[in-house]
Order: sequence, then C-alpha cells, then structure tokens
Amino acid sequence: MSETIKKFLYVNRKAPYGTIYALESLEVVLIGAAFDQDVSLAFVDDGVFQIAKGQKTTDIGMKNFSPTYSALGDYEVTKIYVEKESLEERGLTPDNLLHLTYEDEDDDYAEKDSIRFVSRAELSDIMDQQDVVLSF
Amino acid sequence: MKLAVMVNEGPYQHQSSDSAYQFTKAALDKGHEISRVFFYHDGVNNGTRYAVPPQDDRNITQLWSELSKKHSLDLVVCVAAAQRRGILDADEAKRHGKSGDNIADGFRISGLGQLIEAGIQADRLVVFGD
Repeated sequence: MSETIKKFLYVNRKAPYGTIYALESLEVVLIGAAFDQDVSLAFVDDGVFQIAKGQKTTDIGMKNFSPTYSALGDYEVTKIYVEKESLEERGLTPDNLLHLTYEDEDDDYAEKDSIRFVSRAELSDIMDQQDVVLSF
Repeated sequence: MKLAVMVNEGPYQHQSSDSAYQFTKAALDKGHEISRVFFYHDGVNNGTRYAVPPQDDRNITQLWSELSKKHSLDLVVCVAAAQRRGILDADEAKRHGKSGDNIADGFRISGLGQLIEAGIQADRLVVFGD
C-alpha cells in the first residue's frame, strides 16, 4: 500500500481489562498489519497481563480477546518484546504467558516463538531504533 | 517539519487534549505542517459539538474547529472508537438508525488506516495520552 517501510512499535502498558486501551490497541495493530510495515509489539508494566494465559472474563461481562494475540503471527506480526522486569515485579514467569508463535516463511514455514524477553535497558534501545512509537 | 498528532484522551478529564491543541497550534505558528490530527480512544469525544462547557472555561472542541478552519487542519475521528462512544456524522447516524448526528465542524470520521498512513507519511507522529 506504501513504498515507505517504517519501524512501528506498539507499546502496551495497561492491564487487559479495567480500561479499553488494550482492546483498542489490538485493533490498531490488526488494521496496521495491512500496511506492510516493520511492526513490533512491546508489553511492559501491567501490559504484560494482556498476554497472560488462562484469562476468564465471563464474570465481568466482557469478551476475552486474548485469543486474538495468538493470531498475530498470521498477520506477520512476529516480534513481540516482553520486558523481564515487568514480569518479575508482578510475580509472573514466561510459563504464565500465552505461547505466541509464527511460521517463518524463510525457513520452510518452521514454527518459531514470537516472544522475546528483553531487559528494561534492551527495550530502551529497541524503542530508540523505531520510527513510530504508539503508546497505549 | 511534517508532523502528525494523535489524541488518546477525552477533553477536560485529562490534559492531553489541551496539550495536543497547544502543541498543534504552536507547531503551525512556527511554520511546521500538521498533516493530520487523529482522535482515538476517548479522544473521539473532542469531536462532539454537543458539549457545553461553562462560559468561563475553554471550549476545546470549538478551539479545534477554529484551528481547523484557519489552517485547513485535517481532524480525523476513528470510526470504531466513535461508534462505541456515540460520536456520529450524518451518514453514520443514518446507517445506524440514530435520530441525529453530533460531529463538530472541521472533524471527519474515518478508519484507523488514517492513523497508520499519518505515521508513515509524517516525519514525526506525536502521541498525547495518559
């Protein structure tokens, strides 16, 4: 759709429910995927809860939209950064998160992990390399 | 410089609409180009002409409308976020069987693609939120 390819980073900072930021951020990511840009997602602070597995929302009357994160690989969103310190501060480990994968078309469609665990300092460098940072 | 602006909070409750407006006005006054202001999340509430703040307070929607008129500023309200929050133009009102529209002068309703496009085309996308 556009010849310019920019590095887009979506920074998810809020818990999945309680506010609408997470849900509407995901809508931007899905629409943005059609623009063939170089897209990454970052989950920091309470944002790490967005990709926690085993979410059950029936009692709060809201839709559990977390299965959508598992579809991101099909949208060629394959770089998902999770900040280690944010996990640790909340007593979470990688085992508590959804297993997000993508099929690498350059490697005979081998299934690979989308999530990369990075330190706060590393994420700072990643942010520095972006052209567009959208913070939710 | 060519700039695009994103506003993610509603007016009055948060300062981000005021900050975005002041930033946009200052950038235009300095001769920069603002290619688009995109309203998302509760930011879409900047676009209702039905808000009636007290007379001794600023009317943020009216300030945007005036700025848009003066500089042909493109004020875009996200359609999906607007539908959730009852921001409608005439077409949307008709399509959803609502009795009236409330979009303010200078604002238009469009899709999220307009945000991504603004991010691609501008030198900087400046996000105002909480």
